[in-house]
Amino acid sequence: MPLDATAPPAGAADTAPLLSVEDLQVHFPIRAGVFQRQVGSVRAVDGVSFQLGRAETLGLVGESGCGKSTTGLALTGLIPATGGAVTFDGARVGAARGRDLARYRQRMQIVFQDPFSSLNPRQSVRDILRAPLDIHSIGAPAERNEQVLAMMRRVGLRPDQAGNYPHQFSGGQRQRIGIARALMLGPDVIVCDEPVSALDVSVQAQILNLLADLQEELGVAYLFISHDLGVVEYLSHKVAVMYLGKIVELAEKADLFAAPRHPYTELLLGSTPSLDPRKRHGFTAQSETVPSATHKPSGCAFRTRCPLATDRCASEEPPLVPREDGRLVACHHR
Amino acid sequence: MTDAAQPAPQAARARRRIRWPKALRSAPLIAGALISATIILLAIFAPFVATHDLTQMDMPNRFSGPSAEHWLGTDNFGRDLWSRLVYGARISVTIAIIAVTLSAIIGTVIGLVAGYFGGWVDLLLMRLTDIFLGFPPLVLVLAVVAVVGPGLLNVALSLVIVSWTEYARVVRSTTLSLREQNFVLAARAIGASPARILWREVLPNSLGPIIVLASLGLGTAIIWESALSFLGFGLPPPAPTWGWSLSYGTRFMREDPWMSIISGAAIMVTVLGFNLLGDGLRDLLDPRHQTRGKS
Repeated sequence: MPLDATAPPAGAADTAPLLSVEDLQVHFPIRAGVFQRQVGSVRAVDGVSFQLGRAETLGLVGESGCGKSTTGLALTGLIPATGGAVTFDGARVGAARGRDLARYRQRMQIVFQDPFSSLNPRQSVRDILRAPLDIHSIGAPAERNEQVLAMMRRVGLRPDQAGNYPHQFSGGQRQRIGIARALMLGPDVIVCDEPVSALDVSVQAQILNLLADLQEELGVAYLFISHDLGVVEYLSHKVAVMYLGKIVELAEKADLFAAPRHPYTELLLGSTPSLDPRKRHGFTAQSETVPSATHKPSGCAFRTRCPLATDRCASEEPPLVPREDGRLVACHHR
Repeated sequence: MTDAAQPAPQAARARRRIRWPKALRSAPLIAGALISATIILLAIFAPFVATHDLTQMDMPNRFSGPSAEHWLGTDNFGRDLWSRLVYGARISVTIAIIAVTLSAIIGTVIGLVAGYFGGWVDLLLMRLTDIFLGFPPLVLVLAVVAVVGPGLLNVALSLVIVSWTEYARVVRSTTLSLREQNFVLAARAIGASPARILWREVLPNSLGPIIVLASLGLGTAIIWESALSFLGFGLPPPAPTWGWSLSYGTRFMREDPWMSIISGAAIMVTVLGFNLLGDGLRDLLDPRHQTRGKS
């Protein structure tokens, strides 16, 4: 099985992170006028840095439009990054071309949110899952169908459904197909872009358990993008909180959920409905309006909604700096 | 006997569960398909269906009108109109199929490339399309035929020049929307080449509109071919084109209208058939009409 070959040996101690992202930027130009001159840019991702180790899950949370999905798409190379450096397993990705880029793509896969538009309606499951093997010439052509069936079993699909088309499956099953497709190439990292947000709650749990099991079996690392804190808490080891294109807090899951440090993290946690009324955080936003990514506030982007905001926040942008307990926080006051 | 009878109720139940495909419940689609199929079969089997030699003249019997000997009567030279009609179908259908196939292939390739790559490639190809669209089509077709000369292939090629643009525009727009679909992104993520993505992901999902355009295009091509023959730019006589018969028949309208009526009716019925087929297919393949799960 090629999948086992790419999985790291159990218990191997890795010191260098598998994936290291530094100051990643994705800016979209805004063009206007007859000559389509660039009049500004949407800074969707504006200097994001994090590291991801083998078999680790980093949760990436934030409101809609904060740039978390764009980060995932840029990492998988599906939209071009306009700045920053991505190092994957010791090699700079930006410089990769041709065969190296193909190798990188093979080891970095993505699972999409919408299980309906992520599968070609005109291809059977077998076609969909075979494609990665055909493209990268993995295994003898005659054995590829066997690999497809093995993968179907692994993600909990019945192998006798290999000839079926996407519309014959439920949302949860389709998401399993999407995960299987991402796994066919034996990747080291999978970007999960809101993989359960479109599913029923009971199905969400099944998919999350599947992802957890696959991580244990195959040692794959996840960049788990979601706006659902409960889901992130369940699956992640570390959590990064994004606001308007920047990470404002990055910490171990337990630390972050026990004691959020950045005011925005606190706001996010406070907005999650809890069953325990005593657990409610006594913290509300000053304003519900999220500033746009075209016209970001000066200094700290969150200051327009922050109860702690002072003059310093307007003039000076707080850097994301490590604190004594090991977490990274970008705030002047916390 | 009893053994053989045993599986019968099961088979009957299975048969009852078969849902009639939607195609079989649309009257215009069935009518269009039947007419189109009839015309194409007549064209293919013209030598077997024709009752007389094409050029065999029967001067005493010219303008005979329908009879047992000449089913649809005879023309000004006493030639059998039925035989000329079916051979005329052969010419019209052959030209239409060549023209539509080539137009669809050229237009689809250009549309796929323009829509998928975007940027200056798109700009260049679409301005090229606009240039072709800018000419009045009849003038363009006449000019091309005047230059390359009459002939089956030449007429077909001149029709390609005016009709490929439609495919290019439609396929470009479907490609534009498809390339943003997650399954195309996923194909890129697994390392599929642009050629593979266009062939395996985009094209199969664009086939619906292409098929509709093609069947409507067959009707249009037949009208064009007839118009060219009518104007004397089609296949030269004695080729039994419908357009020529229609045009030449007008000279004898007073004495005997059959020659014009028959060829005109043939053109009309054929075009109607292809258009009904195209409209029916459009309704059938339109994604807004598709219901999943339900019949």
